[in-house]
Amino acid sequence: MAAKYDLNDDGVVVVIGSGAGGGTLSNELAQKGIDVVCLEAGPRIENDKFVNDEWSNFVKISWLDKRTTSGDWRVAKDFAGLPAWIVKAVGGSTVHWAGASLRFQEHEFKVKTTYGDIAGANLLDWPLTLAEMEPYYAKAEDKMGVTGTNNIPRLPGNNNFKVLAAGAKRVGYKEFHTGNMAINSEPRDGRGSCLQIGFCFQGCKSGAKWSTLYTEIPKGEATGKLEVRPSSQVLQIQHDDNGKVTGVLYADKDGKQQVQKARVVAVAGNSIESPRLLLNSASTKFPDGLANSSGMVGKNYMRHTTGSVYAMFPKPVNMYRGTTMAGIIRDESRLNPARGFVGGYEMETLSLGLPFLAAFLDPGAWGKDFTSALDLYENTAGMWIVGEDMPQEKNGVTLHKTEKDQFGLPIPNVHFDDHPNDIAMRSHAYKSGTAVYDAVGAVRVVETPPYPSTHNLGTNRMSENARDGVVNKHGQSHDIKNLFVSDGSQFTSGASENPTLTIVTLAIRQADYIADQMGKKEI
Amino acid sequence: MSKSGMNRRQFLHTTAVTAAGAAAAGTGTILVDPKGAWAMSLQALDEHTATTLVRVARELYPHDRLGDIYYAKVVESLDGKAVANKDVGKLLADGVAELDKAEGAVKWLDLSPGYRLASLKQLEATPFFQTVRGECITGIYNNPDVWRHFGYEGPSFEFGGYIERGFNDLGWLENT
Repeated sequence: MAAKYDLNDDGVVVVIGSGAGGGTLSNELAQKGIDVVCLEAGPRIENDKFVNDEWSNFVKISWLDKRTTSGDWRVAKDFAGLPAWIVKAVGGSTVHWAGASLRFQEHEFKVKTTYGDIAGANLLDWPLTLAEMEPYYAKAEDKMGVTGTNNIPRLPGNNNFKVLAAGAKRVGYKEFHTGNMAINSEPRDGRGSCLQIGFCFQGCKSGAKWSTLYTEIPKGEATGKLEVRPSSQVLQIQHDDNGKVTGVLYADKDGKQQVQKARVVAVAGNSIESPRLLLNSASTKFPDGLANSSGMVGKNYMRHTTGSVYAMFPKPVNMYRGTTMAGIIRDESRLNPARGFVGGYEMETLSLGLPFLAAFLDPGAWGKDFTSALDLYENTAGMWIVGEDMPQEKNGVTLHKTEKDQFGLPIPNVHFDDHPNDIAMRSHAYKSGTAVYDAVGAVRVVETPPYPSTHNLGTNRMSENARDGVVNKHGQSHDIKNLFVSDGSQFTSGASENPTLTIVTLAIRQADYIADQMGKKEI
Repeated sequence: MSKSGMNRRQFLHTTAVTAAGAAAAGTGTILVDPKGAWAMSLQALDEHTATTLVRVARELYPHDRLGDIYYAKVVESLDGKAVANKDVGKLLADGVAELDKAEGAVKWLDLSPGYRLASLKQLEATPFFQTVRGECITGIYNNPDVWRHFGYEGPSFEFGGYIERGFNDLGWLENT
């Protein structure tokens, strides 16, 4: 039975956001008997309401509040109002994520030490090591039912994977398979196995893919220690004269402003909204925003070096049939600076339906050259590149000087310029992807630019020293002991892996720490 | 979309509007393609603007496999936007007028394919062009009736997914 807490109950932990970070943290705390109020900006849409239709589901679940963009990335030109492709609904972006669940590599926690000084990059080692993360990674993989771990078989390969794997083999790659996916290959944890529906990005109607919407959140609610309030957007985090946070101001489902008191506040609104909220919470005591003595709130925004390679063949592929991302080549994710760049990248199968491929294959393009590629839709295979991008201080989230949202608060601007290392990596990845498809007879290959960002990272980064970042190794803000960050914005660097598994891992670890600190009356 | 198109054609048939051209119907106009490929009801756009835009849509996203009916759907949708917002109607009418002037005395529709393309290209940066282009992306490729022409089968949940319907049926790789 879901709990119900009073607005004046100052014993609760308020978690802002219900995605990979917030949804997991809420459940983990509730399981320990801690009272949790989870405020989610978006509505609660259960998975039977998802539709197998790219545009209509996009409109239904996406974060479409007004945002602006700047910088040399192509998204600022092609999708100026949509820097990020993320979800505003209970479950957050675990509703539309693809399910790829990879651990970071050891050196990826030590990028400053490993890569050295790179001009223009604001590299920093994580205050954490792989060894410290491993037991929590194991818990996350078990919780999420990741294939290829815990004796869970990998998913069967679909047509798009068959093309990728055959090409990988021919060019001599060694490590390729259907991935480590948080998608059931057999029934597990009360959820059925994958029906190869496709439409992973539109929310999994069968529930085979892990999402906090139908795993963590109902489990947390069943403890009687978790209340989730949908359509409740937090506008400001409040504090007392001692600099401790005391609660949050939010707009409830009827648009009425409420204050929920809190003992602890954990921010998990993804890497655009989380820093925006801290900046919008500026006060006389904290004129630059909460937790911002380092000046790093909103800075060092990362989005992975991405891009797609779509290849057309003489015969049908039907890439859209089945799991969207169950296919990976890992060979290029290894550390190998001889390639002319630091960091590495994964190559993962990806398919889009005709509506989205038309919109994203080459945004803005028209004419016979473009349509002749779409004419080969049925014969098209696709992959996505996910690589480590360089944190740069100038890339980030700032408050817009004039434009306000529906609550009268400044909207966020997202600035991004590619680092030369990003471009060198993307170019290498396009060539590698092309080689994979050429090896199995591609008649045409298209280098597709990055989509609006799905992996938004780094804007409240972890650091050993308070001067270098916003939070410590537990996601606890350096400045305010009872204020935490629980999403991908705490990443010190991006690594080459999809971020969700690491976000969930950090949330499980953070829950242990919060419970410990509450027990010791430290917070 | 397909159903309403059908209804309109049935309506045209029963009211015996079979010749090319426009006929008054209620508050709007019904425009019928001279070759009978499509018919649309217009509330805001004039006949010449609409007819020109159908061709513009095809020039922007040419697919031999698609009949003009699918490009007419884009214009019908633009007409709907012009009803909701008069500025859109003016933008479209002015844009077509611009195209008609692009190569001197010959109207855009009567130009050779090469000239038609060149004059479209000249307008690429204009709001007129981008409005029509953007409408094409959803108007053409998000039309479920179009999907089958590209071999895209779309929704699968209601059929139990693709697990029993060919998700891994690819057989030609062995022979490459």
